[in-house]
Amino acid sequence: MKKRVLAVVMAAAMLFGLAACGGNGDSGSGDLIKVGIINNDPNESGYRTANDKDLQAMFTKENGYDANFAYGDTNDKQINAAQQMIQSGVQYLLLSAQDVSGWDGVLQDAKNAGVKVILYDRTIDADASLYEASVVSDMAKEGETAANWLKNQNLGEYNIIHIQGQMGTAAQVGRSGALVDMANAEGWNIVKQQTGNWNAEQAQQIVQSVIDAGTSFNVIYAENDNMAQGAVAALDANGITHGVNGDVVIMGFDTNKWALQELLNGNWNYDGQCNPLQASYLDDIIKKLEKGETISPKTIIMDEKGFDASTITEADVEKYGI
Amino acid sequence: MQKTEKKKLTVKDILKNIVSRQIFIPIAALLALVLFNLIMDPGFFAVTLKTNSAGNPVFTGNLITILDYGSELAILAIGMTLVTAAAGGQDISVGAGIAISGSVILRVLCGSTTPWPDKMQAPIIVAFLAGCLAAVLCGAFNGVLVAYFKIQPMVATLILYTAGRSIAAWVNLNQLPIVNDKSFGYFGNIIPGIPIPTPIFITAACLIIIALLMKFTTLGLYTQSVGINESSSRLNGLNPILIKFLAFVILGLCVAVAGLIKVSRLSTINYSVIAKDIEMDAILAVALGGNVLSGGKFNIAASVLGAYVIQFLTTTLYKYDVRSDALPAYKAIVVIVLVVLSAPTVRRYLNGFKKKLTLRLSGKEVG
Amino acid sequence: MNALVKENVVLEMKNIHMGFPGVKALQGVDFSLCEGEIHALMGENGAGKSTLIKVLTGVYEKDDGEIFLKGYDKAVSIRSPQDAQKVGISTVYQEITLCPNLSVAENMYIGRTAGLGQNWKKMNSDAEKLLRSLDVPATATQQLSSCSIAVQQMVAIARAVDMDCKVLILDEPTSSLDDQEVQKLFVLMRNLRERGVGIIFVTHFLDQVYEVCDRITVLRDGKLVGAFDIKDLPRVQLVAKMLGKDLDDMSDIKSEGAAYEGKDAHTAVLETEQLVSDAGIKPFDFHINKGEVNGFTGLLGSGRSECVRAIFGADRVVGGTVKKNGKVIKIAKPLDAMKNGIAYLPEDRKLDGIVGDLSVRDNIILALQTLKGFFKPISKAQAYKFADEYIKLLDIKTASADTPIKSLSGGNQQKVILARWLLTHPEYLILDEPTRGIDVGTKVDIQKLVLKLASEGMSVTFISSETDEMLRTCSRLVVMRDRKVVGELSGEQLTQNMIMNTIAGGNRDDAEN
Repeated sequence: MKKRVLAVVMAAAMLFGLAACGGNGDSGSGDLIKVGIINNDPNESGYRTANDKDLQAMFTKENGYDANFAYGDTNDKQINAAQQMIQSGVQYLLLSAQDVSGWDGVLQDAKNAGVKVILYDRTIDADASLYEASVVSDMAKEGETAANWLKNQNLGEYNIIHIQGQMGTAAQVGRSGALVDMANAEGWNIVKQQTGNWNAEQAQQIVQSVIDAGTSFNVIYAENDNMAQGAVAALDANGITHGVNGDVVIMGFDTNKWALQELLNGNWNYDGQCNPLQASYLDDIIKKLEKGETISPKTIIMDEKGFDASTITEADVEKYGI
Repeated sequence: MQKTEKKKLTVKDILKNIVSRQIFIPIAALLALVLFNLIMDPGFFAVTLKTNSAGNPVFTGNLITILDYGSELAILAIGMTLVTAAAGGQDISVGAGIAISGSVILRVLCGSTTPWPDKMQAPIIVAFLAGCLAAVLCGAFNGVLVAYFKIQPMVATLILYTAGRSIAAWVNLNQLPIVNDKSFGYFGNIIPGIPIPTPIFITAACLIIIALLMKFTTLGLYTQSVGINESSSRLNGLNPILIKFLAFVILGLCVAVAGLIKVSRLSTINYSVIAKDIEMDAILAVALGGNVLSGGKFNIAASVLGAYVIQFLTTTLYKYDVRSDALPAYKAIVVIVLVVLSAPTVRRYLNGFKKKLTLRLSGKEVG
Repeated sequence: MNALVKENVVLEMKNIHMGFPGVKALQGVDFSLCEGEIHALMGENGAGKSTLIKVLTGVYEKDDGEIFLKGYDKAVSIRSPQDAQKVGISTVYQEITLCPNLSVAENMYIGRTAGLGQNWKKMNSDAEKLLRSLDVPATATQQLSSCSIAVQQMVAIARAVDMDCKVLILDEPTSSLDDQEVQKLFVLMRNLRERGVGIIFVTHFLDQVYEVCDRITVLRDGKLVGAFDIKDLPRVQLVAKMLGKDLDDMSDIKSEGAAYEGKDAHTAVLETEQLVSDAGIKPFDFHINKGEVNGFTGLLGSGRSECVRAIFGADRVVGGTVKKNGKVIKIAKPLDAMKNGIAYLPEDRKLDGIVGDLSVRDNIILALQTLKGFFKPISKAQAYKFADEYIKLLDIKTASADTPIKSLSGGNQQKVILARWLLTHPEYLILDEPTRGIDVGTKVDIQKLVLKLASEGMSVTFISSETDEMLRTCSRLVVMRDRKVVGELSGEQLTQNMIMNTIAGGNRDDAEN
């Protein structure tokens, strides 16, 4: 019995020790605007880390906010946190929901309590009257930008290895759709289409299998930077050149700083932005709402660029790298 | 005439002997895969010498790919077999353990100033030892919960399975470190001048070490004894707690080595996907090796072969354009077939069937 | 001559053949059982008794032969224990096959209800009634593992009895019971005989066979020797038929072996002073001399095993001192005891003795190996040498040294465990029920071996439920009652009556109850 108790305590200590790293519960007062911010687990990806950092930097006392952050890797945890925030009397609820559905109830509660809801990064399936605005990326547009860039390279012959993200995610659907449409329209040849599950090692194995099979290719369209990196590792191991002046065009997404550096070094050709920096948009929206304005249209799509190895600068890496 | 008959009998006996051996299962699976690929495309087995982008010679081909990418799994299978045998359960935190040890290795190499220093801030051996320490601590944590507190291994290791990747991210303060020094990449790729991928050598070294351990210590006998009958082992002077703990620590070391290979392959880490689901593959390798998952007798060589069978299957499925998110389904089929075939009821049924068949052949009526 | 006529026969097995890889376990065995008789199935270990029972109960599938049951026109096909139960054949096995973490009642009714519904109240009250009527000292709602092995065995019998069977098989049911409990079981068996149940009784206890049985079927080496009415077969002949030879009188083996006559014959090898463990025994004093065979005696549960477990460090020692050759030693765990030349063959062979899946060879070297230590493995060649030596020395019947020990018969498993300890060349050997559940031949072998070892200077403590066995081997007996040492007998005092009286104590009420 004693042993069991001790074990539970040990396990609990371990888990709480971790949770403590993310805590941030300083609640000031005065004329600060009270906001509650619900995000996903910042360890999820470099993208999420950057997103969280951006929000933390914006919603500070210096900027006139009294912010309360909560993180949840499941919908339940997030809903729970939202309810607590509503009860503690926040004025604004900023939400990046884990799942698209299940939010109607809690958002209705918010509305009844006079809390204004702004969605960021991810949309949800709920009546538009339940929130004031949403700030999102348009994944399909990201894909289109990339596909158009590829078309403009005028390669003559297109033999593409298409490494997809985790199937069914918004990013995968948007980025894959644009490429496949373009390939059909232009008569490009996709020699391999396989999901790498956002995973560098899987991408590396996929490219290796194409090389082992002796199939020729000249483009790798990887739906995130990690998979592009894995693909490049496979090319390096087989002595296949890539990037600017190389045999194979390398395309990635997410504009990680290290990825842009690869671009700058000429190892890759293209990297599509998926902007995690939504804080300034959110700040704008809240300021407008404070003045009594309404936001229209409700959905705000962020500017997202595509970077080309031949035009990228050191300053771009610093500014847009996450 | 008589002579040939006698010979026939011995061949049959030898065959029977082979079939009844534990290692037969992974060998049969491997042969089936080889046969399939030979029929479909003999070119599958071609190995060619190429030059990589750094100008060094390197062998490539599916066989090399299987041996190379199967390394981490093969190394984990060693430790997982021991844990399974001693504790009668599996460690599901090895993937998270790889993330932690890999993260520690990179943290030590990159230092604390910037995540991508131009030069390594510490010798690789120091970083590796730190990674070993981290992985062994994780193993020890699991070992204490299982051996001393007698918590079910799956439940005990669930803690690190859940928390491990967050710990890994925390070690590097959520940054993604990149090692720019080429020499760090030697462990996961090739050493200039040696055309065979280094992970194959590392795996071989691990196998030699465990073989020596088996030969020059009583690890095998003690582990099996504790796994089969803990009470009896204690009365024979063994310390079951210590032996189970030891198994987890050895698995921890395997995790550290696998972690080194993994982070060296790309000289960086992605906490959420590195070695994802590798624990399930490691357990599958142990099962494919014909080892009883509830502990007791074990055969490490069979588990390692099982690991390569899994990689062989993966590579084959990639070649034939099976979607990689469908891979788990294929593995599940393998598991189901294995489990059903090894179930006692099926075995008995098959034996009964065989008997009846011979009876019928010898012309007797069956009631 | 034979009073039994065909109509009375409830079970008939004809020309049964059954083989395992490399072994012909049964070769054309016939067996018949009448209504209302208790029929002993006798034979040495490996004679085929267990196999025959397992064929009858569907655990093994026979290769050839037919089984007829009363009420069935044709030969019945029994392919699983469930089939056997359906046609009215119930079994209580030697090794308890119940679920220790369920209640007594649940164990009695498990798997017998149709569908998923279960009337817990009725189940408990039914179980309670049956337990009372059989005088089993357990309550229906008690967890089975909290009962002693003996009571667990009785619950198993109660379960079988309640299944309204025509044929009841008792496979070594008395090996865990003390005399009183055996008598209760016999009352029950006779009761069932009156009701017309045919009982197959497998046992090694000759006394019990002659006390309760009507007929005997003897097997040897997988073949039928014959079926006999009990009155036609005197004991000596029975033993002779089982062994296939005439047995010399085994009642007085003690006089055969010469006692140890070294200089140090009367010096204590090991002494305990107020030794006490956490297993619930009272502190006890004990000593054993060089070359002596002594024993602990007492009823089941009187603390005999707990005393020797304390000496060996198998239970946690919480007080007292142990001296070896006059010097105080510390025994915190079994390894300490082993390093001091103490060996312990535990009471529960299956749970504490054998390492089932390991080979005979590995089982033999295990203790020696732990003594040698982690970094000094015994080479394979050496291990084979040890194993072959002891397989020969103790006449262990096994296909090879590589055979898993669990596939050996009980007696041979016990010999392997004995070999394991003899290999460590102990100064002091503790044998806790070494002859339980094993055949007459092996029993005598072990008794003889003990005396031989003692004559060579080894000190042996011998524990057995069979008093006559103790009398044959021990020169001094420590008597226990209620977890306390209550007396010591030696020389002239070593008689059945004296032991009984000491166990019962001066208190007449105790003796009567």
